Amino acid sequence: MLSREDVLRIARLAKLKLTDDEVERYRAQLGRILEHFKKLEELDTSDVEPMAHGLEVANVLRADEPRPSVPQEEALQNAPARRDGYFEVPQVLER
Amino acid sequence: MRETLKMETVIGLEIHVQLATRTKLFCGCSADYFGAPPNTHCCPVCLGMPGALPVLNERAVELALKAALALDCEIPERSVFARKQYFYPDLPKGYQISQYEAPLARDGHLDLELPDGTTTKRVRIRRLHLEEDAGRLVHDPPTGRTLVDLNRCGVPLIEIVTEPDLRSPEEAALFVKQLRRLLRYADVSRCDMERGELRVDANISIAVDGRPGTKTEIKNMNSFQAIEKALKVEETRQRMALERGGTVQPQTFGWNPEAGRVEPQRAKEEAEDYRYFPDPDLVPLLIDEAWTRRLRAELPERPRERRRRLQEGYGLPAYDARLLTEERAIADYFERAVALFPKPKEVSNWLLTEVFRLLDEAKLAPEDLAGRLPPERLVEVLRLVDEGRINRNTGKAVLEEAFRTGREPEAIVEERKLGRIADEARLAELAERVIQEHPQAARDFKAGNERVLGFLVGQLMARTQGRADPKLAAKVLRDKLAAS
Ligand SMILES: [Zn+2]
Repeated sequence: MLSREDVLRIARLAKLKLTDDEVERYRAQLGRILEHFKKLEELDTSDVEPMAHGLEVANVLRADEPRPSVPQEEALQNAPARRDGYFEVPQVLER
Repeated sequence: MRETLKMETVIGLEIHVQLATRTKLFCGCSADYFGAPPNTHCCPVCLGMPGALPVLNERAVELALKAALALDCEIPERSVFARKQYFYPDLPKGYQISQYEAPLARDGHLDLELPDGTTTKRVRIRRLHLEEDAGRLVHDPPTGRTLVDLNRCGVPLIEIVTEPDLRSPEEAALFVKQLRRLLRYADVSRCDMERGELRVDANISIAVDGRPGTKTEIKNMNSFQAIEKALKVEETRQRMALERGGTVQPQTFGWNPEAGRVEPQRAKEEAEDYRYFPDPDLVPLLIDEAWTRRLRAELPERPRERRRRLQEGYGLPAYDARLLTEERAIADYFERAVALFPKPKEVSNWLLTEVFRLLDEAKLAPEDLAGRLPPERLVEVLRLVDEGRINRNTGKAVLEEAFRTGREPEAIVEERKLGRIADEARLAELAERVIQEHPQAARDFKAGNERVLGFLVGQLMARTQGRADPKLAAKVLRDKLAAS
């Protein structure tokens, strides 16, 4: 079973703020999801190649030919705040 | 008293290089974003719009493979793109498409040429993978806001990770220089560090008596000098801490070039957790033997091989061969010129002094030289000098004018009447005048003072604007003085 700390850590990584009720609710829900995977783990997959994709397709490639970008106005149209052609966000520290 | 500890510096590098493609890694937006107005090289894919699907740029794959081949990497048959999740405004999708478990290439090496000019040291490459660049952030502390430009977002990068095989800051800078040269030779990237086309992060630790030390990471080193300086500062800091019996804490620093300091970056509350997983939007990449064989055939001669060939094949001094092969464009230019004018040392002398000076003054990249001054033009100047039609100094002036105006050297000589005065009668007239104007010097010479001849030759050269052959000028003056 997931601990309360596990749920809070997942929420932190997803930048979500949870109420105590939500922590409990998600702890149960996420726990059930993990149980499903536990079930899958019962299968013996030692002879099965790990799969990275569901399709039997590889090498979907594109020629290096420029195509028009969207106008600046369109690029910015969903932005809650903008300035001088930039998206504007609350200040962040250097990564 | 503690006994002296045996300390050894251990450095590994992580280098990001922008590939010289026309478009971004997963969309058709132009990758030539430098200096463009913000957010004008964007589309639903690189803006991270829901439902937009990435399609891989074939050229980016080929350039990354070329880099891998140039570094003697192993190239697995199959590689996979993965999502690296993190939240930051320079990354609108909330994840970066990168490679994790199945990188494009691994286990390569670069044989570092050490400053002694003869020995090499093998630096192992752990892995090389493809990934997309992030956007650019402009911080504006007065308003407490950050501005985001996503033009760079999605530009193709390769990340090259070395094993911790470097043993000093100097060696680390040397490695980056030689890696850059190799990638420029292969046309993988221009690697312009000022434009951020090559960016270096390092981890550094001090092994004490053979025991590995704690690593710190240094970011934001964007010049060779910065790499060397930043690592020296951190090396000294760690050594002093250990000598005093202290410890080194794992930490990430940013290099501040203005202050000449490494500055701690915000400590992370918890270890990075990128939750990599294969990107379901992208199918695996399969690379077969035929593909790598074709790309290998396209790779140019390596800098080291080229240097040896120039030195041995053209009988050049090691010094010349080294300078001529720092840039492939210069080595190419040299060989084109020598094919037209087979005096290699003469061509090398002019290239390394006059042409390098002109390039430097014009702030021109080596690859733009042939466009500005085709090798045929340089050779024309060399011929004019070689045939005695102009002297060396005039040759330099003609070369400079040809470089600046793009005109034919021959035409410049004609128009400005720069050709040598080889006409003895004309020189004799001028010599007569010089002697009349300097009677004292003429008397001194006749009285046996040979040294004043130099002065009179100088006067005669000045009258011809340097177009006389100094030997002929001296002969004509002697004849005149003897006769008067
Ligand atoms: Zn785009």
